[in-house]
Amino acid sequence: MAKPYPAITPETAFFWTGGAQGRLRFQRCTACRTYVHPPQPRCTACLGETLEIVDVSGRATVATHTVNMHPWHPDFPPPYVIAIVEIEEAPYVRLTTRIIDCDPAEVTFGLPVRVVFEQQGPAYLPLFAPVRP
Amino acid sequence: MIRKFEDKVRITGIGQSRIGRRLGVDPVGLAIDACIAAMADAGLERADIDGLSSHPGPLTLNGYSGAGIADVERVLRVRPRWFNSGHEFGGQTGALVEAALAVAAGLARHVLVFRCTWESTAQQRQTPAAHGESATAGIEGDFQWMVPFGAFSPANWIALYANLHMHRYGTTREQLGAIAINARANAGRNPAAIFRDPLTMEDYLSARMISTPFGLYDCDVPCDGAVAVIVSAADAARDTRKRPVRIEAVGTRLVEPWSWNNGGLDQLVLARGAAQSLWKRTDLKPADVDVAELYDGFTFNCLSWLELLGFCPIGEGGRFVEGGSRIALDGELPLNTHGGQLSAGRLQGYTFLHEACVQLRGEGGNRQVESAEVAIVSTGGGAPGGAILLTRD
Repeated sequence: MAKPYPAITPETAFFWTGGAQGRLRFQRCTACRTYVHPPQPRCTACLGETLEIVDVSGRATVATHTVNMHPWHPDFPPPYVIAIVEIEEAPYVRLTTRIIDCDPAEVTFGLPVRVVFEQQGPAYLPLFAPVRP
Repeated sequence: MIRKFEDKVRITGIGQSRIGRRLGVDPVGLAIDACIAAMADAGLERADIDGLSSHPGPLTLNGYSGAGIADVERVLRVRPRWFNSGHEFGGQTGALVEAALAVAAGLARHVLVFRCTWESTAQQRQTPAAHGESATAGIEGDFQWMVPFGAFSPANWIALYANLHMHRYGTTREQLGAIAINARANAGRNPAAIFRDPLTMEDYLSARMISTPFGLYDCDVPCDGAVAVIVSAADAARDTRKRPVRIEAVGTRLVEPWSWNNGGLDQLVLARGAAQSLWKRTDLKPADVDVAELYDGFTFNCLSWLELLGFCPIGEGGRFVEGGSRIALDGELPLNTHGGQLSAGRLQGYTFLHEACVQLRGEGGNRQVESAEVAIVSTGGGAPGGAILLTRD
C-alpha cells in the first residue's frame, strides 16, 4: 500500500514539483499582488487574468495543530502532528501539512516553522519543521 | 399565509430502514425499505409519489452512498416528474431544500427525499476506501491538499478546529464529553440507536485518542441504513395520514471559500453562512427553539453549531453544554434526542431530520420533549453546512 500522493495536473505541477529545487511557490496576481492558493484560473480578489508564479521564503507559523494517534495507514505510524500553517508572506494562504523533526509536544500555536520537502510519488510535499535558533 | 416558499410545502411522511453495524445487505434494499416506510407513514401510494431527491448521488463502493436516484428508481418505478441528487448544496439535507423548492414551484406534489449509507459493511468488505489508501492514481480535488500529508480523516480536519477553540476560549475535553454523554443517554431511549449502554465521563476520558483533542467517543459511528421523508404540497398534505410538519425556514448561504482550512479555524468551516441566513427567513429566534438536532459527526461539530446558530455566544459553547443539564431531555435546549450520530449512527444528517419530525408530531415516546413546537436541524459543516427550522403545523 503506497503512500497517497496528489494528482499532478498542468495547473498544479508548479506547486507539487517546486520542492525538487527546494522552492515553495504560489500564484500571485500581477495586478493586485494577492496570493492565490489552491491554484485558480483568475485572481480571487480582483478577478485579474494574469497570475505569476513566485517563490516564497518557506517560513510560516502554526495556526492550529492536532496529534494524530490513529493508524490510518501502515506508512503513517502514529503519533504525528498535523497542522494548518500560515505562509509568512501572505498569512491568508494556508497549508494543511505535517510538522516534522520535533517532539509532538513541542508544537504550539504560533510556532515559527520552515518548509522541508519530502518526495511522495511524483510530488514534493511541503512539510514543515520548527525554526531552530 | 404564504410569505415564502417554505409555506407552500409540508413534511408529510417519515421512515427509516433498520440501522446497524455490518448489516451485510444490499444497501439499495435499505433505501427502498425507508421509502416504503415513509409512504406508509404518510398514507401515500407509490402512484402518488412524483418526485425523488437525494444526497449525495449514486451508490459508491466505499459505502458513503448506498443508493442514488437511479438505484432507487430501478426498483421503485415512480416515474418522477422531477428528480435531483447531489452534494453541492447546503448540508446533506440540502436535498430536502431542493425538494421543497420543486414542490413550491409546482414541479411535483409529493417528493420522496432519501439518504442511504452502508459504510459499516463497506469497511468490513475492505472495498477501496475514501482515504486514498489504495490509490493507484493521484488524489484529486479538495482531498489532495490534506490526505497525502497524513490528514486522512475528518477526525483530523475537525480536530484542528477543536484544538484552536480550546486554546482560544478555554473549552475542555470534559465539555466536549458532555455532548457525547448526553447523546448516549438519549440513545438509551431510542430502540433504533446503535450504542445504548450508558457512557460515563470516565469512559469518555479514558477511551483511546484518535486525533487530539478527539478520543474515540468524540467520533460518530459508521453504520448501514437509510432514512426517507416526504415533502408534499401544502394543499396535498391535507390528505395524508399524519399531522404534517411545517418548514419554517432554511439556511443555505455559503460565505467562505469552499475549503477545509479557511475562515477563523476555531469553528466548523462552511457552516456560518447557513446558520446566519436561516434566521433571516423567520421571525422566530433561537430562544423559541424547543428541540435541537445538530450535526455531531464529532462532538465539536455540535458545539460549533450551537455557537454559530446563536444558542450561545461564540466561544461559550463549552460552558453552555458543561455538565449536560441544559442539553438534557428535560433541559432548556434538549439536544440530539435520538442519540445523534455519536450513538445512533452516521446517517449523514438524516436521522436528525427524522427525529425533529418525530418530536414535533409528539411521537417520541419516553424521549418526547414536552410540547415541542419548534425544532432545528443542522447538517454538515466542513463540506458546506445547512440548517432547517421546523414547526408543528
